[in-house]
Amino acid sequence: MTLKDARVGDTVKVVRVEGEGPIKRRIMDLGITKGVEIYVRKVAPLGDPFELTVRGYELSVRKEDAKMVSVEKIS
Amino acid sequence: MSIKIALVGNPNSGKTTLFNALTGSNQYVGNWPGVTVEKKEGKIKWNKEVILTDLPGVYSLSPYTPEEIVARNYLVDEHPSAIINIVDGTNLERNLYLTTQLLDFGIPMVIAINFMDVVRKRGIKINLGKLSRELGCKVVEISALKGDGIEDVAKEAIRISKGEATFRRNIFSSQVEKALEDIQDLIKKGYIEENELRWLSVKLFERDEEILSHLDLNEKTKSQIEAVIKRAEMELDDDSDGIIISERYDYVTSIVDKKMPGKEKMSVSDKIDRIVTNRWLAIPIFALIMFSVYFIAIGSVGAWITDFMNDTLFGEWIVPGITSLLEGWGIQDWLVGLIADGAIGGVGAVLGFVPQMLILFLLLSLLEDCGYMSRIAFIMDRVFRRFGLSGKSFIPMLIASGCGVPGIMASRTIEQQNDRKITIMTTGFIPCSAKMPIVGFVASQIFGGGVRGALVATGAYFIGIGAVICSGIILKKFKAFAGNPSPFVMELPEYHVPAPKNVFKSTFDRGWSFIKRAGTVILLASVLIWIGQNVSIESTSTEIVIDAETGEAVESGHAHAIFGELQEKLDNDGKPVIDEETGEVVMEAPIIDYKPAEHKGIHFIEEGCTSKSVLEMIGEGLSIVFKPLGFGDSWESSVATILGLVAKEEVVGALGSMAEGGINGASEEFFEGSWLKGISFLIFNLLCAPCFAAIGAIKNEMNSRKWTWATLGYMTGLAYAISLITYQFGRLFSRGEFGFFTVIAIILFVAFFYLLLKPAKFSLVNLFKKLFKKESKA
Repeated sequence: MTLKDARVGDTVKVVRVEGEGPIKRRIMDLGITKGVEIYVRKVAPLGDPFELTVRGYELSVRKEDAKMVSVEKIS
Repeated sequence: MSIKIALVGNPNSGKTTLFNALTGSNQYVGNWPGVTVEKKEGKIKWNKEVILTDLPGVYSLSPYTPEEIVARNYLVDEHPSAIINIVDGTNLERNLYLTTQLLDFGIPMVIAINFMDVVRKRGIKINLGKLSRELGCKVVEISALKGDGIEDVAKEAIRISKGEATFRRNIFSSQVEKALEDIQDLIKKGYIEENELRWLSVKLFERDEEILSHLDLNEKTKSQIEAVIKRAEMELDDDSDGIIISERYDYVTSIVDKKMPGKEKMSVSDKIDRIVTNRWLAIPIFALIMFSVYFIAIGSVGAWITDFMNDTLFGEWIVPGITSLLEGWGIQDWLVGLIADGAIGGVGAVLGFVPQMLILFLLLSLLEDCGYMSRIAFIMDRVFRRFGLSGKSFIPMLIASGCGVPGIMASRTIEQQNDRKITIMTTGFIPCSAKMPIVGFVASQIFGGGVRGALVATGAYFIGIGAVICSGIILKKFKAFAGNPSPFVMELPEYHVPAPKNVFKSTFDRGWSFIKRAGTVILLASVLIWIGQNVSIESTSTEIVIDAETGEAVESGHAHAIFGELQEKLDNDGKPVIDEETGEVVMEAPIIDYKPAEHKGIHFIEEGCTSKSVLEMIGEGLSIVFKPLGFGDSWESSVATILGLVAKEEVVGALGSMAEGGINGASEEFFEGSWLKGISFLIFNLLCAPCFAAIGAIKNEMNSRKWTWATLGYMTGLAYAISLITYQFGRLFSRGEFGFFTVIAIILFVAFFYLLLKPAKFSLVNLFKKLFKKESKA
C-alpha cells in the first residue's frame, strides 16, 4: 500500500520512496526515508492534504505526493 | 580583517531571532541577487569586525528551491570563516540532517541548539557530549528568544574561525564510503582543494547536474564515476540520492537518543489544532479570524487613521500649510503647485495608507509568528491547488482586498518560486479598497444603483476572483512556470506565543520599505503626473472680445482675471477715478485694446488658458487605443484611467473634476449613460496595471525588471482582452453591430478558452508545430 491509502490514526512504516527527481528528494529531505514510522494525524477539512507526524514533528503532505511513498501498516 | 560567519538552519529554527539578538540594529536587509530571497547581513553588536550573514532557512542543500541554491552557493563561493548551525532542539532529527550536509563543506562549525527552555519543559534529554563527539564540533545550548547562551555561540564561532575545519567522521555505510573514495580518486587532479573533495564527491555521487557541469570533467572520468555510482546503487537497491538521504538520516537517528518523549501526550499545540483545524470548525474559525483582521485594519481603526492622514493631516494641514508658507516666501505659483500639490500631495496620498498597512502587517505578523498562517495554508490548499496555486497564495489575495501593496508583499511566505510569481502576478486583480469608488461610480451613476447597481458591485468581485482563477490555470501551462514540480510539503510548526520583538520588527521593516519607496518612485511619478496635468506644449492664443457699446467682455478667455479689474474700471464709464478731495488719480482709465494672450512653446496652464495639457493630449492619443473598448470615445475617461496609476481613487476623482456637472454629470458626458461602456470601463480599470505603489511592491517582490514588466503587461493585456470581448459581444448581441473588432473579440474569446481548457505544459512553438503538421497532412 502507499501512504495515500493510510487512514487517520494509522501508524505506518516506510518501505520505499518511489519516483525520482525533486519531488522524491524533497519528501525524503523532510525525513520520510526507508524504515521510518509515520503517524497519520489528520486530514484537512476539505479532504486533502494529510497531516503526519514524522521524526517527532508535524508535516503536511498532499495525497498526490503521498502516493510515492510505499508503506506497511504497523497499527 | 573582518570575519565572515554564516548562520544556517531549518526554517522556524529561530534563526532570525538569533540573528536579531546578535546584531541588534546593525543590519542590512536586501535580496540575494537574482532571486526574491531576503538577504540579511549584520555586524555583531559587541564586535564590529564580525559580519554575520543570515542564510535563508532550508531543510537541505539540494539545489531545488531558490533558498537552497542561495545557501549552497554562499557556502561554496564566499567561503565563510565559520558556520553557526542553529538546530531546533524540539526537532533534532530533521535539523541534524542538515547538519550532516553542512559538515561536508569543511568549514569550522559550531552547533547552537535552540529552544532549550521548551526542550527542558517537555523533558527531552539531549546528550550534548555525545553529539559533540560524534559531529566533531562544539554544541552549545541556547534560547535565542531569551538571549541565553547566544554570546557563547558567537564567541565560539569567532574562536574557531581562525582554526581548522571541523573534523569529519565517515557517516555513510561502507559501500557508500568506498564509492565516495573512488570518486575522490577519479577527480583528484590537484586543482581541487583538499577540503572541498568530500563535498564534491557526495554531490557527484548524487548526480548533481550543477556540480557536474561546473567541474568540467572529461567523458572518460564521467563514465567511470557513473560506473561507481551504478555499483553502489545495485548493492544498496535504491537510487544514489535516495541512498545518501536515507543514510544521513540513519546516522542522525543513531546519534540521537532513541527515546524522544513529548509527542506521546497531547501538547497545548495539539489541543489548539484539534479545534482550529477541525473538519467542521476550521473554515468558520478561519473566516472569523480573517474578518477580524480585515475589520480592524481596513474597516475600522485603520480606516479612521487613514482618513485622518489623507483628509486632515495632508488635505487640510500639510498641503495648504506648505502652500501658504511657500507663497509667503514669494515663490512662483507653478513651483508652489509642483511642490505642494504634485510632490507632497502625491506622496501624501500614498503615505496615507501607511497606518492602515502597519496595522495589517502587525496583525499578520502576529498570525505568522504564532503559527496560524501555516494552518491557513493547510486548510485552503485543496481549493487553491485546483487552479494551480497553493494554500499559501490565499493570504496575499485576502489582504489585497484591502490594499494590494501589503497583499503583494505577503507573497513572500510562499516558498515555491513559481507559485510566488503567479501569486504576485494575480494578486492585483482583487478589487482593493481604492478601486471601490470606481465600482461605486459605475454601479450608481451609470446603472442607477438599486438592484442593478448591487449586481454590478458584486460582479466586480467575481470579475476579480475569476481573473485570478483563470490566470492561475492559464499561467501554469506556460513553460516559464512549468519548472520543477515541487510538492506541497509543509511543516506545521508548534503554536507559540508571538515574540513582541519579532512582530514589531517585521512590521516596522515592511512598513519602512514601503515608505522608502513612496519617497522615490512615487515621488517621481507624482511630479511627472502633476507636470502632465499643468503643462502644455500646444500653442493657443486667447482673444478678448469686448462689446463696443457696453464695454463688456463677450469672450474673455485668458483675460478673465485681468478683466475683473477691467470691468471695475469700465464701471466708471471708462474715465479715470479721481479722488475728490486731493484731486489725485486713484485709477487710470482703462485701455480697451487688449492684446490677445499668447501661449506658445512649453508653458504652464494658467487660469483661462485653453491649451491642452500634455496629459490631455496623451489622453486623446490613448483614446484611440480605448475606442474598441467603448469608453475611448471620450478622452477624459482615458485620462482618468492613466491617473489611476497614481492611485485608483484618482480615477473617479479625475472624472468628477473634468466633467462640467461634477461626478453626477460624468456618466452622461463621458459614457453617454451607456451600460456597456460603463461595464467595459469598470472591467478595464479593475484588471489593468495597478497603482504605482503596487507596481513598486511588484518590482520589489519579483526583484527582476523583466518579471515586473511581464506582470504589468499581462495584467493590462488581460484587462484589454476581457473589456474588448465584453464590449464587442455586448454590441453584437444588443444591437447586432458587427465589425473588425468583433472578429478580434471572437478570436480572443476562443483563444482564452483554448488556453483555459487545453492540457498542461503549453508551448507556443509546439502549438505552431502541431498546426503546421495538421496542415501539411491535409
